[in-house]
Amino acid sequence: MPKSSAPRLSVRKTFKLYIGGAFPRSESGRTYLVDGDNVALASRKDARDAVVAARKAQPKWAAATAYNRGQVVYRVAEMVEARRSEFKALGTAGDEVNAAIDRLVWYAGWSDKIAQVAGNANPVSGPFFNLSSPEPTGVVGVIAPPSLLGLVSVVAPVIVTGNTVVVVSGGPQVAVTLAEVLATSDVPGGVVNILTGHAAEIAPWLASHDDVNGLDLTGVDDPALAVELEQAAAGTLKRVRRAGTTDFTADPGLAPMTAFLETKTVWHPKGF
Amino acid sequence: MSDLRSLLHGLPGVDKVGVEARAAALGTRSVKTTAKAQAIDLAIRMVDLTTLEGADTPGKVRALSAKALRPDPADPTCPPVGAVCVYPAMVPVAFDVLKGSGVHLASVATAFPSGQAPLDVKLADTRDAVAGGADEIDMVISRGAFLAGDYTKVFDEIVAVKEACGPAHLKVILETGELATYDNVRRASWLAMLAGADFIKTSTGKVPIAATLPVTLVMLEAVRDYRAQTGRQVGVKPAGGIRTTKDAIKYLVLINETVGDDWLSPDWFRFGASSLLNDLLMQRTKLTTGHYAGPDYFTLD
Amino acid sequence: MLEYAPAPESRSVVQIAPSYGLFIDGDFTPGKDVFKTINPASEEVLSEVALGSPEDVDRAVAAARRAFETWSARPGSERAKYLFRIARIIQERSRELAVLESLDNGKPIKESRDVDLPLVAAHFFYYAGWADKLPYAGFGPSPRPLGVAGQVIPWNFPLLMLAWKIAPALAAGNTVVLKPAETTPLSALFFADICRQAELPPGVVNIVTGAGDTGRYLVEHPDVDKVAFTGSTEVGRQIARSVAGTGKRLTLELGGKAANIVFDDAPIDQAVEGIVNGIFFNQGHVCCAGSRLLVQESIAEQLLASLKRRMSTLRVGDPLDKNTDVGAINSAAQLARITELSEIGTEEGAERWSPECSLPDRGFWFAPTIFTGVTQAHRIAREEIFGPVLSVLTFRTPDEAIEKANNTPYGLSAGIWSEKGSRILAVADKLRAGVVWANTFNKFDPTSPFGGYKESGYGREGGRHGLEAYLA
Repeated sequence: MPKSSAPRLSVRKTFKLYIGGAFPRSESGRTYLVDGDNVALASRKDARDAVVAARKAQPKWAAATAYNRGQVVYRVAEMVEARRSEFKALGTAGDEVNAAIDRLVWYAGWSDKIAQVAGNANPVSGPFFNLSSPEPTGVVGVIAPPSLLGLVSVVAPVIVTGNTVVVVSGGPQVAVTLAEVLATSDVPGGVVNILTGHAAEIAPWLASHDDVNGLDLTGVDDPALAVELEQAAAGTLKRVRRAGTTDFTADPGLAPMTAFLETKTVWHPKGF
Repeated sequence: MSDLRSLLHGLPGVDKVGVEARAAALGTRSVKTTAKAQAIDLAIRMVDLTTLEGADTPGKVRALSAKALRPDPADPTCPPVGAVCVYPAMVPVAFDVLKGSGVHLASVATAFPSGQAPLDVKLADTRDAVAGGADEIDMVISRGAFLAGDYTKVFDEIVAVKEACGPAHLKVILETGELATYDNVRRASWLAMLAGADFIKTSTGKVPIAATLPVTLVMLEAVRDYRAQTGRQVGVKPAGGIRTTKDAIKYLVLINETVGDDWLSPDWFRFGASSLLNDLLMQRTKLTTGHYAGPDYFTLD
Repeated sequence: MLEYAPAPESRSVVQIAPSYGLFIDGDFTPGKDVFKTINPASEEVLSEVALGSPEDVDRAVAAARRAFETWSARPGSERAKYLFRIARIIQERSRELAVLESLDNGKPIKESRDVDLPLVAAHFFYYAGWADKLPYAGFGPSPRPLGVAGQVIPWNFPLLMLAWKIAPALAAGNTVVLKPAETTPLSALFFADICRQAELPPGVVNIVTGAGDTGRYLVEHPDVDKVAFTGSTEVGRQIARSVAGTGKRLTLELGGKAANIVFDDAPIDQAVEGIVNGIFFNQGHVCCAGSRLLVQESIAEQLLASLKRRMSTLRVGDPLDKNTDVGAINSAAQLARITELSEIGTEEGAERWSPECSLPDRGFWFAPTIFTGVTQAHRIAREEIFGPVLSVLTFRTPDEAIEKANNTPYGLSAGIWSEKGSRILAVADKLRAGVVWANTFNKFDPTSPFGGYKESGYGREGGRHGLEAYLA
């Protein structure tokens, strides 16, 4: 076969949504261009489908042992490490990739410790066993910041405790690349669902969705939208983590996890 | 008899904290004025006036029996007690005083209080007491056999003693303080009733833990449920440690709100007690005279 | 039949003034408008209290803001001593406060005396001890107070809800403006007097009486940093909406429709007590009331017979009588709501039963009631009735019980009755409720966090967790 002297034409990749462990296009058929890449433009119906997937996955994910969830999140860190060149190719600095990996490792370790820190026995005045322990809130809508470190910093703390998430990302290539990492790690389908598109278009549907239990507004940069979303979330009294400028390099503390944990207190009498 | 075992172990459990809380809550009922007067007279009629001492003599038992007939010599409206309760050897003495009075004569039998004697001894003990004039027999179960899980032995003993009682009523003492758990109290109650007990009784009064409100509550629930299931009514007798009117009224409240009217009678509920009677009499006098009574004014028999 | 003669608690231990002003900055100041508070058991007017206006709320918030600077700067050990003092005064005045609470609320004296008041004192005592130990509470090494807390409380446990709000707020170094419920303002006003007796610095606690509007002014006030509300889910939603975008911290303790699940191996007699306590305690005016009985079908008949027998011994009547088990419904409006929902229950085909009981002619009364033959589709199985009305449903398997228990937008509390430990733990794990009582019900303790999942609100009151709502 004669060698062609023409340069090889590269294969372009469409960045697709990540719902229930699969990579569908938007049901609307829409795409948009981001930095020259074709990206699926999620619609409200994609958000609806993602919530269904997240709800379906939630009980089993929450019922997995904390040890297991910790290993799954650690596996994500391993996979990001292995694919660091892809993130660098998308413009993420090496230091940030390192920080994102380290953050995943940090949260992986929290899975079987948070209950010991956020829960406790209560010395009630009577012959009762009384224990308070944290439980996941359920399905959480996450409006994520565009950066890899930002994305990991809002997704990992929510899922490591047993929640499932529907992420609306403002940094679509990074988010979809992370989705590809998740799909090839051990994260069960539906635990993380990623929608690329416009927060202003999709987030209100999550905020008002009756089957969404919590809303993380960290990545919302429009204050008016943040207020609108918080108001909509009041309809079913969703737990809301408010928007704010966040230095993702700082120690995140417990708040990103505890924002989407419920405290359950169980009483039982003690007697022969 | 594996049927017996599965029946007893199939009874609903008793939650200790719950039953104690319920008994304590009923213990806060306030019974005053006319209700208190009614309660005191009822309680007096329910007293099994008891002496069960090694030092009991005919003189002591005669005096006690006289007091049973007329607890307050100064007040003819004061009712007699329900029964006198003595050791078998003292039955003829008490019978002399009580016969024909309507005050019952109870005797502890069956190697009271330990129950640790061969069955034929227990039966002879019972027959003697009945022959001497006792119309109520308070037997003790063999707690050792019960705790060892030998329900059949306990059952058979009760059946045998019941037979030896002839026409006399049989009260079966569970010695609940030695049974240790409310689950056991409920099982022993059912065991005794199934074997033919006419009454179930908490205690001998000879071990540290005697009658308590929650134990009596569990036993009342047992007689209630047993009647609902079989149609036969069985009486209840808390004994030991009930010393004050306040205590006695708490038991009456317990009956009132657990099994109701049908048990609010000396035929179906008794207090095994000795010092209780004088406190009831003092409180009774306080209600009629309007001032507090003193022990010097009540007989010490 | 052993009748209990009337055993009224003496009313003379409490002196109610003919009128009360607002407690702002350490003094009672008259309001422009007033409203009356009545005894729901007799409809007798107890007192006239001030109707807090926006200006009054302004003054109260300003007083709290001024006091915040010094109160928050005081060493925790000093704040602690004020709270201990308050706890002691409450213990010493507990009979007076119990009678007052029963008069204004309609709850039986045995409950105000044996439940409300001991818990109120214990709550202050518990949080007093936290005031100088906040760095050890697990919320960071140097936790800070939030500022001025606007607190709105309901009428079902007036003084206890006040304690739940004020004790942790003060311990953490916040100052408060509290609005008691419209129908039960008196015990909060007596608490104001206790603050003076304890020589609490002016402005640390401010009590603004009023109706719904007064509460709205308070939670919407721009200088309030923290809002805490206990009440209906509907109002909770409005507050969450109004607080959106303000940056105010918010905790909500809202409605419930708790399932009380009885398995066939339950300790039956205690379960019956738990069911009765679950729904008839405080006339069922309890957000965590066990208002849905889920009973395993195999024992339903037997359990209902026991329940009915037990209900027949409930003594309904004069709240001040020491033997009363069920007191007065708190207001005409609440009685109307209970009546309406009960009528809907009958219309929808459920079978209604109440024991025979004679109700007083005056005042607001509702006989203890159960509905059988209820399904998940009935409104009485879904809506919070907030009265002495129990809906009885059945189930066949643990999964079905869990599914039905969780099939509600609420998630405040739940009950499980079974003698099998592993079943209890597995079911407790799966119930979506903030408080799970196993083989007990309606137990409260200052050390034990309380609060809901889902539309029952967010945040916890009580325990270490209760501090989080008042710390940054």
